[in-house]
Amino acid sequence: MIEFRNVSLTYPNGHQGLKNVNVKINPGEFIVVVGLSGAGKSTFIRSINQLVKPTDGELIIDGKNTLKYKERELKEMRKNIGMIFQNYNLVNRMSVLRNVLTGRLGHTSTIRSLFGLFSQEDKELAMNSLSRVNISEKAYTRADQLSGGQQQRVSIARALTQQPKYILADEPVASLDPPTSHIVMKDLKRINREDGITTIINLHFIDMAMEYADRIIGMRAGEIVFDGPVSTVTEKTFEQIYGRPIKEDDLRGSDDE
Amino acid sequence: MAKVPESKKTIATIPIVPIRAKIVMSNILFVVLAFYFLSAYVTQAYPNRFIQGLPIALEFVYKDLFPPNWGYTNKVLSSLVETWNIALLATTLAAIFALPLSFLASSNINKNAVLYQFIRFFLNIIRTIPELILAVVLIAFIGLGALAGVGALFIFSLGILAKLISETIEAIDPNPLEAIRATGGNVIQVIWYGVMPQLLPHYTSYSLYVLEINVRASVVLGFVGAGGIGLILKHQLALFNFANVSTIVLMTFFAVTIIDFISNRVRERLV
Repeated sequence: MIEFRNVSLTYPNGHQGLKNVNVKINPGEFIVVVGLSGAGKSTFIRSINQLVKPTDGELIIDGKNTLKYKERELKEMRKNIGMIFQNYNLVNRMSVLRNVLTGRLGHTSTIRSLFGLFSQEDKELAMNSLSRVNISEKAYTRADQLSGGQQQRVSIARALTQQPKYILADEPVASLDPPTSHIVMKDLKRINREDGITTIINLHFIDMAMEYADRIIGMRAGEIVFDGPVSTVTEKTFEQIYGRPIKEDDLRGSDDE
Repeated sequence: MAKVPESKKTIATIPIVPIRAKIVMSNILFVVLAFYFLSAYVTQAYPNRFIQGLPIALEFVYKDLFPPNWGYTNKVLSSLVETWNIALLATTLAAIFALPLSFLASSNINKNAVLYQFIRFFLNIIRTIPELILAVVLIAFIGLGALAGVGALFIFSLGILAKLISETIEAIDPNPLEAIRATGGNVIQVIWYGVMPQLLPHYTSYSLYVLEINVRASVVLGFVGAGGIGLILKHQLALFNFANVSTIVLMTFFAVTIIDFISNRVRERLV
């Protein structure tokens, strides 16, 4: 379980990314965080694995206040949290399999990793992750030879290979076309269901949020302005979160085109 | 076309470059030009002196240098091999030692500002010492010969390589590093899996480039006694043995050209 208690984050330039955020995320939930760009969605998600560090409050993960963690505990925590980025963040000049194996680095000693000595189980795990996102035939292709959608699936496989308790996804479909976006979202949803991995995703497309989320968190100007199950969400809710009427741009479109 | 002045009468024309900027730029240009004239005057680099000297130079070439003494080839060859070995050894050692230094001299990897500044300062110092001075100092320590040459070129190339590599590291795509950090990887793993794949082609290319530089530099270093082709070149010049000198010059020219050519071809395919 993840719990934000009065969490605030002020960037060094004085911009307040999070303002007094209080929220509980239960095991196995599939949560979509929505809001306009600059609303603090990204800051919210990156606070969880401390790619950005909140400046105030308590962030409890599995009963411990992670904001007090030292470097070693932080790495230990990150092993359990997979992350997916808008721009995939693969290492372009490495093969797909090697990229996926970087998900095991937290579990591999420095010496072994310097020589690329991943255990047999790790390699099986990596191949298995690749086949779960239907891309195992590309294992030995260089990452930069793949399309955007394929790269994003590789990055999901990398996260899966960590065998994480949590998966964070920061705008995972913002750089993809509508059909590919749906493939990626379906993969994430399926993994959430099959493995019970708590999944938190930033999206700014309303229709996708409605289609895939169990629960929606709405953010505006660093604050949580809505939090509730998807069944209670209407177009009105989004207009309140966004503070303006819904526009064409806020929709990704369905996957049957 | 002749009617253009018409429009000039309408109030201010719109300048592409603001007047102030124009004045500043012309002033800079004048200052730079003044420096050129001053340096030409001080060094007495007047074109007519070249023209006057040309017949003497030509006479030197066809009377003294020509024909080369081909009987001297074997001696030149073994000296060239020594020059190559000096350059190869110095470059390889420098490439190995420059890598960790480069990471310490990259602000995106080494977050310790004090250590970062110290390493940068150290590398700057190294780079300000000319390789000839290094060679002279090292000869004083370890005596005449190739080893002093290796040492001088090692220190010299360490400075260049660490500078080039650390600047490449600082310009690297930070996103994959963030991803590896997010999986729980430590600093060394982030470097090995995030930075090295991006750095490797540049690293190889710079090392080959420095090897080219070192081959040429080690020719010069021989003059002060640090082994290689420069050493015999100096001897033959001192003996006015110009037939041998021209053999040395020609063979060095071919050797350097071939090495540069191969190295350039490899580097083109890398990046």
